[in-house]
Amino acid sequence: MSSLMTPRLLRNLLPAISLTVLLLAIFYLQPRAMSYLGLNLLLNLALPIAFATLAQMCMMTVNDLDLGIGAYVGFVACIGATFLRDTPALGVLMLLACVAAYAALGALIHLRNLPSIVVTLGMSFVWLGLALLVLPTPGGKAPDWIRAIMTWKTPMLPFTIYASVGVALIVHIILMRSAYGAVLRGVGGNARSVERAGWSLLRAKVTMYALAGVFGIFSGLALIGLTTSADANIALRYTLLSIAGAILGGGEFVGGRISPIGAVIGATTLTLAGSFLSFLRISPDWQIGAQGGILIIVLALRILINRAEAK
Amino acid sequence: MSGSQNIIIELDGVKKSFGAVHALQGVDLTVRGGEALGIVGHNGAGKSTLMHILAGSLSPDTGSISLDAATSDWTYSIGQAHSAGVRTVFQELSLCPNLTVIENTRIMHPEIRGAGWRKRAEEMIFSKLEEVFPGSGIDANDYVDELPIAKRQMVEIARAFTGKDGGPRLVILDEPTSSLDAHMSEQLLSHVRAFVSAGGSCILISHLLNEILTTADRIVVMQDGKVVDERETARFDRHSLVEAMGSVVDEQTGVKVTMSDARTGQSVPIVSSGFHEGMKLEAHHGEIVGLAGLSGHGQTEMLVDIFRNAPRDRSGAGSMALVAGDRQVDGVFPIWSIALNMTVSSLRRFVRFGIINGDEERRLAEDWRGRIGIQTPDLDNNILSLSGGNQQKALFARALGSDAQIILMDDPMRGVDIGTKQEVYAILRNEAAKGRTFLWYTTEMNELEHCDHVYVFRENQIVASLPRNELSEQKVLHASFEGG
Repeated sequence: MSSLMTPRLLRNLLPAISLTVLLLAIFYLQPRAMSYLGLNLLLNLALPIAFATLAQMCMMTVNDLDLGIGAYVGFVACIGATFLRDTPALGVLMLLACVAAYAALGALIHLRNLPSIVVTLGMSFVWLGLALLVLPTPGGKAPDWIRAIMTWKTPMLPFTIYASVGVALIVHIILMRSAYGAVLRGVGGNARSVERAGWSLLRAKVTMYALAGVFGIFSGLALIGLTTSADANIALRYTLLSIAGAILGGGEFVGGRISPIGAVIGATTLTLAGSFLSFLRISPDWQIGAQGGILIIVLALRILINRAEAK
Repeated sequence: MSGSQNIIIELDGVKKSFGAVHALQGVDLTVRGGEALGIVGHNGAGKSTLMHILAGSLSPDTGSISLDAATSDWTYSIGQAHSAGVRTVFQELSLCPNLTVIENTRIMHPEIRGAGWRKRAEEMIFSKLEEVFPGSGIDANDYVDELPIAKRQMVEIARAFTGKDGGPRLVILDEPTSSLDAHMSEQLLSHVRAFVSAGGSCILISHLLNEILTTADRIVVMQDGKVVDERETARFDRHSLVEAMGSVVDEQTGVKVTMSDARTGQSVPIVSSGFHEGMKLEAHHGEIVGLAGLSGHGQTEMLVDIFRNAPRDRSGAGSMALVAGDRQVDGVFPIWSIALNMTVSSLRRFVRFGIINGDEERRLAEDWRGRIGIQTPDLDNNILSLSGGNQQKALFARALGSDAQIILMDDPMRGVDIGTKQEVYAILRNEAAKGRTFLWYTTEMNELEHCDHVYVFRENQIVASLPRNELSEQKVLHASFEGG
């Protein structure tokens, strides 16, 4: 039996194991969380973070990093709570323009050979400024259909769980199983070799950036579906959460090593970590530090597994 | 013999320069269907550049490339090479390490798509692996980064031979056996023969002359960016092949400068280093010691190793300085001035109470500017304002201006023009006469003329130790290409 437990398998299972351990600890501390309502409250905010994490993971696939995703999600939320409700056609058009802007960023970064962190960090201020133009003070109202989706009472388990599983599987099929997905990940692994085989690197980068823009939109809309109103600063912390989530889920900063299922699990783990620390009665002042602690523990485990594999 | 209608690809007068370096100086080359063409040559002969041009990843400055006897007025590109069935296995491995063997196969073949693509790619690569390397034991579902280097190379080679409709027409193999053991190499070479007798063509580049002599039908010898000899393999033997590679020998024999005689033997070496097996490298006080051989056979590793093990005290008799070969990566500080770049190794001398004495630093820089002849109106200009040769002089000044008694040089003359080279050679000889020791890795044969003692490296071992009076290009070539 032990021969089945290869280091790679162990490493792939690590995100799921982390999540399970955390869930069990929460249930132990607060048995009432083990209910439909409890799970719903716990995992409520996981879905927007999961989408943001998938957006970040798309950038990581091609060895880039998005430091503007949080501000972008905030901008989308502001559009969602204003234009999308009042003038739906214009709202949809604006969201499409957002995706086009992301695709153009990918083209710019590739053609001019710019560092993505600089460009996206700069863009984060652009997104924030645009969001403040759209919605100078917190407010607005989410369209009713989004609200209806996000508060849908699904049987057995809360909607968030079904949605997370569904999204994870769809992205897994696109990036990990499809024929073009292999090329996209190959760009992160060895761009020159992919280019030599006759593929367009520009097309690959634009595809991944556009995909990141789409997931950013899902994240912003899911967020206002839960909060009902928007604020330009609503998602600023998503930038770092999305990076942490993607890494926690088994991704790596360079080399095209990603895992969509892991990313969704990582985002969920990070969301739960906050609740877990609350149940431990740790003051919110310390929670961010404690979340960092959880991150370090999981990553240290991963390195231990890698070392075992190297032997 | 095959007629001209059978020519697959033809190069006519192809030239390619990188700055001052003329990598190819008018190469004519034909590859016919059903032949294996061997290409040999020493470092810098232009083999790699030629491969990149055939693969379409570099385009020539002048000259034409024609496919199937149809001269192209469009630029020959990667895409065209690919669709014409030209596949290249480059020396540096070019698989995606984060993907499986199957996924890497799919990247090579855009036509494998849609439902069931994994199955088809797996069949394709698995059958080819079995054909080329029977019993390799490679699982097509393995991730490439989990395979040992030999298996990666096998995958890459097998991948190059895959394809629909009988596979590729021309496969270019650049040092394909460098990571393979004897048995696997044998499998590969016999596959090349089988591929060629089935009508395919192959270009084989190898430093193992036996491989070339047993596998190729025709051998092209390159030197200094030109084809200097081309014969049917039957008309070459080991000796004549080595001779053809080193035809400059005659021109140079008279140039030797008489210098301090060969080592006397009783003095204690101040540097002694070696690999696990083979000879040891020794350097004595005031010597210029050359590290020769084909590039990438352990010379740089040994220099770095010697430098790492240098005594911590940076001013004693064993103190060392390193002149980097790759200026842009390991050498210059690109946003600093010329003067700062020259003095950075000597700063400790100018420090009083933690503050650098700018006047003394300045004096050192000005001193070496004169001694080594750096051409610039102002040493405060940015280092990148200098030409490549002058940048390299600044790096020499950095090492020579320091207190170091032993100077390690990692092929420092790459891309330096001939005039600058002559000036630096003279300075080196001067400094050696004053008692400094130089360890000089060079890929240029004529630079070995300036050394008191030369060690030839092959496959991370020292295979020949030649004192100055025994040095000849023939011997270096023989030692570099298997067997002395």
